[in-house]
Amino acid sequence: MKEFEYKHLRDAYGEILVELGEKYKDIVVLDADLSSSTRTAKFGEKFPERFFNIGVSEQDLMSTAAGLAIAGKRPFVSTFAVFAAGRAWEQIRQSIAYANVNVKIVASHGGITVGEDGATHQMLEDFAIMRVLPNMKVFCPADYYETKILIRKVFESDGPSYVRLSRAKFPVIFDETHDFEIGKAQVLKEGKDLTAVGVGITVHGLLITAEELEKEGISIEVINSPSIKPLDGETILNSARKTGKVFVAEEHSVIGGLGSAISEFLSQHYPTKMKFHGIKDIFGRSGNATELLRFYGLDPEGIKREIQKFLKDNA
Amino acid sequence: MINEEELKKLREISIRIRRHIVTMTGLAKSGHPGGSLSAADIITVLFFKKMRIDPKNPRWKERDIFILSKGHATPVLYAALAEAGFFPVEELKNFRRLRSHLQGHPDRLMTPGVEMSTGSLGQGLSVANGVAMAFKIDKTPRKVYVLIGDGELQEGQIWEAAMTAAHYKLDNLTAIVDYNGLQIDGPVSKVKEVAPVAEKWKAFGWEVKEIDGHDFKQIIEALDWADGVRGKPAVIIAHTLKGKGISFMEGKVKFHGVPPSEEEMKKALEELDKQEREIRK
Repeated sequence: MKEFEYKHLRDAYGEILVELGEKYKDIVVLDADLSSSTRTAKFGEKFPERFFNIGVSEQDLMSTAAGLAIAGKRPFVSTFAVFAAGRAWEQIRQSIAYANVNVKIVASHGGITVGEDGATHQMLEDFAIMRVLPNMKVFCPADYYETKILIRKVFESDGPSYVRLSRAKFPVIFDETHDFEIGKAQVLKEGKDLTAVGVGITVHGLLITAEELEKEGISIEVINSPSIKPLDGETILNSARKTGKVFVAEEHSVIGGLGSAISEFLSQHYPTKMKFHGIKDIFGRSGNATELLRFYGLDPEGIKREIQKFLKDNA
Repeated sequence: MINEEELKKLREISIRIRRHIVTMTGLAKSGHPGGSLSAADIITVLFFKKMRIDPKNPRWKERDIFILSKGHATPVLYAALAEAGFFPVEELKNFRRLRSHLQGHPDRLMTPGVEMSTGSLGQGLSVANGVAMAFKIDKTPRKVYVLIGDGELQEGQIWEAAMTAAHYKLDNLTAIVDYNGLQIDGPVSKVKEVAPVAEKWKAFGWEVKEIDGHDFKQIIEALDWADGVRGKPAVIIAHTLKGKGISFMEGKVKFHGVPPSEEEMKKALEELDKQEREIRK
């Protein structure tokens, strides 16, 4: 099997922030006492006059960013996903989404791969509760390189955005030439027997599964969908038309996430048999990231198992 | 300072604003007259004496910014904006109606002069902090004002923001607490005591001044005092009367979120007419 290099998404974020900060003097960055973890500290060291540590006050953090935005700045706000999307949801709703201000929320430590800290810190509901907000766009990159281009493109777009990053290192599946467009999914591998859509860490597992099943004569179309909202329904529909079956894998609750977003679209335009593979309406638990992915069946083996079962049940 | 002529002018404006508050909420059969009337004199001074604004150019680059953190007091804000000329006074009658740009709570995208969407309490001070930080980065003399309710002080976020403003030495920000002592469920002291208010702000690193929030001279002096505070944010605790200016609304919890009936509206307007005649004597 191919060896993958592992890199932090949040490193990509910290690096691109500094790069953008050099060029755009109206960028400001806010954090809530987690700047070394989220990697915004790099920006803070380089541009201290444009960096604000708000302390452990996430509600204040979000509304303050909104204030900077109405005064003409372009704020990036970072903390852990559970505190950004969860703790400060109503501040995001009123001060950012309803006010429709240009604030980019980049939340690190999303999903189960937070690891040892356990359920309190494992945000598995953020796609759902961010996606439901009008004006809000929701993204989640699959690797280091996608994070770089995604943050750049999100910065160039106007209005509120939520980007989920992770604590754990993710396998590198792209390179510097990788592109990302808001509202676009990418067919990474063509196939005819099953459409498999992933986001974040699961894209890697889907690619491996597709490669392995190919040897067994099963042809899987792998789609990467980093743009959860706006969703690229067309690309997924075109694939579903071809394969007739859609499998979605995500490091998120099976309620309200990417799977739900896809089914909302397909059920109205091209009803298709679907399987949602994620965290099954339960809280997470402690363990290391690798163990947890295996425990919840979100590692390549688990994903392969679920796909085989789905294909068998719908043969 | 201020001469008698100017004081008289401000008093007249405040009566017109109170008239709008009564009429808007009465016609809409909805809205929050009590806390709008308590803030009317403060708002009058801000919009007609203190702030650098240009109603013909609401997005003027040099303007001061006002954030209504107690967002339910839209009647007083809309009345002041209309009187100042941000939009025609006639539009006030559409307050809270379908297709009106005068939403129940402030909407920065729909109403000229409204700087921030507020309504869910506790967020305005944080927003004002963000504005003040941006002004510091830009090294502009622009100022930001934020009006906070006393019941709103029960929101934890206010105190998060109070710490932030002091930490970042936001001396270009002035907060005003409309301390009218009443909230929806009753007296603030009974629902959940917020006192001692001045001591709390002092403990959070703010410069504090307490005034009578219906005395124009005191309001003006306090706002000028805030300009001189350096290295710290300033807060003005304005002791006010809920429903101020309408005898039967004064100090009445009921009028927090209940509009005057048709008959009450008529009576209130008569009272305001009488007050106006007295000023003009």
